[in-house]
Amino acid sequence: MTQSYRLPSGAPPPEVRFVFDGREMKGRAGDTLAAALLANGVGVVGRSFKYHRPRGVMAAGVEEPNALVTVVRGGGRETPNLRATVVEIYEGLVAWSQNAWPSVGFDVGAMAGWLAPVLGAGFYYKTFKWPVSFWKRVYEPLIRAAAGLGRAPVSADPDRYARRYAHCDVLVIGGGPAGLAAAKAADGRVILCDEQAELGGSLLSRAETTIDGVPARNWVARGLDARVTALTRTTAFGWYPDGMVGLVERVTDHLPSPDPGLPRERLLLVRAKRVVIAAGAIERPLVFPGNDRPGIMLAGAAEIFLARYGVTPGRRAVVATSHDRAWHTAFSLAKAGVAVAAILDTRAEVGPDLRALARDAGIPVWTGTRIVGTGGRNRVRFVETLGAPPVIPCDTVLMSGGWTPSVHLFSQSRGRLRYDADSGVYLPDRSAAAETSVGACAGEFDLAACLAAGHRAGGGEARAFAVEHEPAFGAASPPEPAAPHPLAFVDFQNDVTTKDLAIATGEGFRSIEHIKRYTTTGMATDQGKTSNLNALVSAAAAIGRAVPDVGLTTFRPPYSPVTFGAFAGAARGELFDPVRRTPIDDRDAVFEDVGTWKRAWYFPREGETMHAAVARECRAVRTDVGLFDASTLGKIEVVGPDAAAFLNLLYTGDFESLAVGRCKYAVLLGEDGFVRDDGVIARLSKTRFHVTTTTGGAAFVLNHMEDYLQTEFPALRVWLTSTTEHWAVIGVQGPRAAEVLGPYLENIDLTALPHMSVAEGLFASIPARLFRVSFTGELGFELNVPARFGRAAWGLLRESGATRYGTEAMHVLRAEKGYFVVGQETDGTVTPDDLGLSWTIARRKPDFVGKRSLARPDMRRPDRWQLVGLLSDQVLEEGARVTATDGTSLGHVTSAYRSETQGHPIALALVAGGRSRIGGAVEIPMPNGKIAAQVVPPVSYDPKGERLTAPIATPPPRVSVRLTETPVAVPFTAPCAGVSLSLAPETSRFNIRTSVPLAPPLRAAVHGAHDIFWLGPDEYLAMGDGPPDIVADSIVDVSHRTAAIRLEGAKAAWCINAFCPLDLDDLPPGACTRTVFEKTEIVLWRLSDTIFHIEAARSLVPYVWALLEDARREFLPPPPAC
Amino acid sequence: MLLIPCPWCGPRPEAEFHHAGQAHLTRPAQATDEAWAAYLYLRNNPKGPHAERWRHLHGCGRFFNCRRDTVTDRISGTSAPGAEAV
Repeated sequence: MTQSYRLPSGAPPPEVRFVFDGREMKGRAGDTLAAALLANGVGVVGRSFKYHRPRGVMAAGVEEPNALVTVVRGGGRETPNLRATVVEIYEGLVAWSQNAWPSVGFDVGAMAGWLAPVLGAGFYYKTFKWPVSFWKRVYEPLIRAAAGLGRAPVSADPDRYARRYAHCDVLVIGGGPAGLAAAKAADGRVILCDEQAELGGSLLSRAETTIDGVPARNWVARGLDARVTALTRTTAFGWYPDGMVGLVERVTDHLPSPDPGLPRERLLLVRAKRVVIAAGAIERPLVFPGNDRPGIMLAGAAEIFLARYGVTPGRRAVVATSHDRAWHTAFSLAKAGVAVAAILDTRAEVGPDLRALARDAGIPVWTGTRIVGTGGRNRVRFVETLGAPPVIPCDTVLMSGGWTPSVHLFSQSRGRLRYDADSGVYLPDRSAAAETSVGACAGEFDLAACLAAGHRAGGGEARAFAVEHEPAFGAASPPEPAAPHPLAFVDFQNDVTTKDLAIATGEGFRSIEHIKRYTTTGMATDQGKTSNLNALVSAAAAIGRAVPDVGLTTFRPPYSPVTFGAFAGAARGELFDPVRRTPIDDRDAVFEDVGTWKRAWYFPREGETMHAAVARECRAVRTDVGLFDASTLGKIEVVGPDAAAFLNLLYTGDFESLAVGRCKYAVLLGEDGFVRDDGVIARLSKTRFHVTTTTGGAAFVLNHMEDYLQTEFPALRVWLTSTTEHWAVIGVQGPRAAEVLGPYLENIDLTALPHMSVAEGLFASIPARLFRVSFTGELGFELNVPARFGRAAWGLLRESGATRYGTEAMHVLRAEKGYFVVGQETDGTVTPDDLGLSWTIARRKPDFVGKRSLARPDMRRPDRWQLVGLLSDQVLEEGARVTATDGTSLGHVTSAYRSETQGHPIALALVAGGRSRIGGAVEIPMPNGKIAAQVVPPVSYDPKGERLTAPIATPPPRVSVRLTETPVAVPFTAPCAGVSLSLAPETSRFNIRTSVPLAPPLRAAVHGAHDIFWLGPDEYLAMGDGPPDIVADSIVDVSHRTAAIRLEGAKAAWCINAFCPLDLDDLPPGACTRTVFEKTEIVLWRLSDTIFHIEAARSLVPYVWALLEDARREFLPPPPAC
Repeated sequence: MLLIPCPWCGPRPEAEFHHAGQAHLTRPAQATDEAWAAYLYLRNNPKGPHAERWRHLHGCGRFFNCRRDTVTDRISGTSAPGAEAV
């Protein structure tokens, strides 16, 4: 094809070849696909949503409703529903039209058009109602097949997307004249964004206009200095609270072969102190019968195609308008050699200047006239008019119904809009945020006034701009209602006509919100950018109300579609969520997800099934000895003179009377009296307790404790420190447990360690805490060693021939003992008594959290659901309903396993009045019939607990050995010029609580040989060699809890802001703070402008590392070519 | 994302905070069943200014009181627990 609609030009840009619908075409560098298609004379670019009508390019920008295409890049890269007016062509671009078969020129689906008379508003609701069985099987597939635009791609998106936080003093949205004037006048850090490929907006199509004597196109870049970060191809799509604006930058879509290090798109979450909205305005179509034929275009769009791309929309144009501006488009076209058959103005009166100019250009003019019909298959061939010649032949119609200010972002910022009766549009009225709307989006269309307003909004002194050779914009023309007609389109993308609006109002709809949903006007991917006001005006007229009385639909983000990829950023696949691995992380296991932890589920031998492995693991614990990785259990060190008093208030038991060296099973309630968590509390000294929590409850319990400590019992002198990740924990459980542990212990006498006690000493020469506790019902211990020694300790204990067991065997073993699991047996409505745990409650205590609630009558009803065992001849299903034999619902099964020890299925269940039903029969209704079960006590194994308290035989001879450390493992990464990553050397770390200031707020300080980080008003982290020489209320060794990443390079701050929302300009060298990093928490310490220290929990270092690695990909040198 | 002025750390992004419910509830030492149930379960749901608690969980770790307009999200002030209510 040839570019027969391209105007000759002196020095044309280079040619670019591209393919549309399988046909190779040529365009010019810098063209949008729409411009290139028009240059090649392509009239039909797509088919409409509902009636499959042929449609062409109607606009020149993001508001385009018709020309939607799919761009295919290979390798799974396929993006549907892109506006041809936004897609930039590049060498080799492949694009396809949509919603047409076999081709856009001849589309079988167009038969829907013949059915248009019956497919009006509400057709679906009225037609596809009966029979109900047809809804899913017949109607939905039918409708889905017939409707829709592009097809969603089926393969995973291979591209990378990035997201980052940015901060500035002034964000300017829109790079047109008003926005440019604002950005140039603004002080401080300025971000200027524009959705188009180049800055300039309307100035790009002003060849003759000058500003302050400079040609408008040259004025654009003048004075945009380094303060201003100018982002093109960047759409401000949404306004969020406190001046946060979402921008999406299309980084590589316009490039023929993008740098693989670059993300395809980048989401920027910009926090701006002040925002200048210069979003411009969108031209409205005129609503007349047949206004959707290819060749019918917005007048302003035609002017852009002509001035910026040298493309004429046709050879013989009719200009239909209600506004002065389109007259100038007609004059430009005439000047470019296009025959203008007529200017048809709906207004009766038009200024004499315009008439004179039209006369000079030889263009016939009719006023007080309108188009009543159009004709032509696949392209407009004529218009029919009232008040002008009845038929005017043409191949393009340029229409203008005036301009609608783009108040989307202003409205999202919760600013109040007002209806301006003179111009018939909504305008920004009262701001609710630090925002100023300037230029066309504020209803100002005069260029000099736009520049002056932008300059002022940017922060400049009031001044005037000298604008010359710019035609007057003309007075506003309020939109006019249009008569109902089945082919007078209001919403082009959703095929909504004035007849549909009339159906809706005729059926009684009065609010525009209802009319919108009934007719779907404004609900397509363009969100009604060209249609909303026209629909509003026609609907208001039909109801006989004033426009503002019909209401206005809400402007919701996003302004234009944003890809899922951009929202997801790096959070996909492996990086979707943190994956936390224990310090032991024995990879022989099959793992299960427990929260974000990977826990060893079972350890299959070669060829062994899960069932066989679990049975073997259970047998080993009951008859020999098993090793269990319990490192994920939450741990909190509670330190201070009031530690026991505090625990007495938080837990049900009595901890004042707990002897040093002893442990107690502990139940934590909410204030409502329901069980929230449980664990074991060990007293290490009079003022120091080691509290364990469930794996999933660790963060909750610490928060819950801090809440009561800080706000309810602030007088208590006690401090809390999480030590979950400082310790690796190995359960050593089974009759041979003491024999396995004994040889490596120093300063711990196992024979003197009764059940429920704790001892501190050495394990294989490393300081350790040893608990004699059991969650299996066997003689058992939990060995705590500092995390980096965990793997070596696990390996050493395995040498004894102990069997490793996972969480599944753990569950079977605990269920045999009737031990409940928080979240499995409990659901936030279960009391201690329901679980048979009344014995844990120290009733003499005057107060504890939940005590008052336990006295409520409802909490003491005999028919509460109580924990019991169920005996049946098959394994029940967890969650299954439990009923009486008469079918009355009684409760549900909470745990069910096959007990290897007992050779039959066991189950735990919550059953109404369960304890009084022991010995009775119940049923478990299942899809294939009822299962009979007998209610039994929950403890089915060793009910007297004799195995737990078994005395320990003579200690085995000691073996002298020293554990080695296993540091956090991170993949090797290449250093690079932009930013390098390294693991900081290991060091001691102590969490310090004191009211004596050790460092200023949010700063690091040096104390002797230690760096001290301020973490909170009385909380510090001391890093250095060994314990610091500090006297404090609480000092807890947390050396193994975290590890540190050092980030160095000019782009270090940039990489951190990919995941951390802080403004790093507020974080000078020497500053430190706890903060968030994507989905985790870090301590961030800035050593210099370019060096950062990131302290992250041990299990989360690989996650933080991988994220940083992802962020710096853009700065890595390209991989060597093969 | 809100900017929340932490009494200790200054304005910080909402992602660092944890909402902690209505502020200024008094945990009764003695209460009838009805009064206790009200303490447990009945909360204000105002359209407009609301006294609530936040915790700067991923920051200094402190709980504090905050007055936020539930319509505009505007925060008119924050204060440490026990300090004069904002």
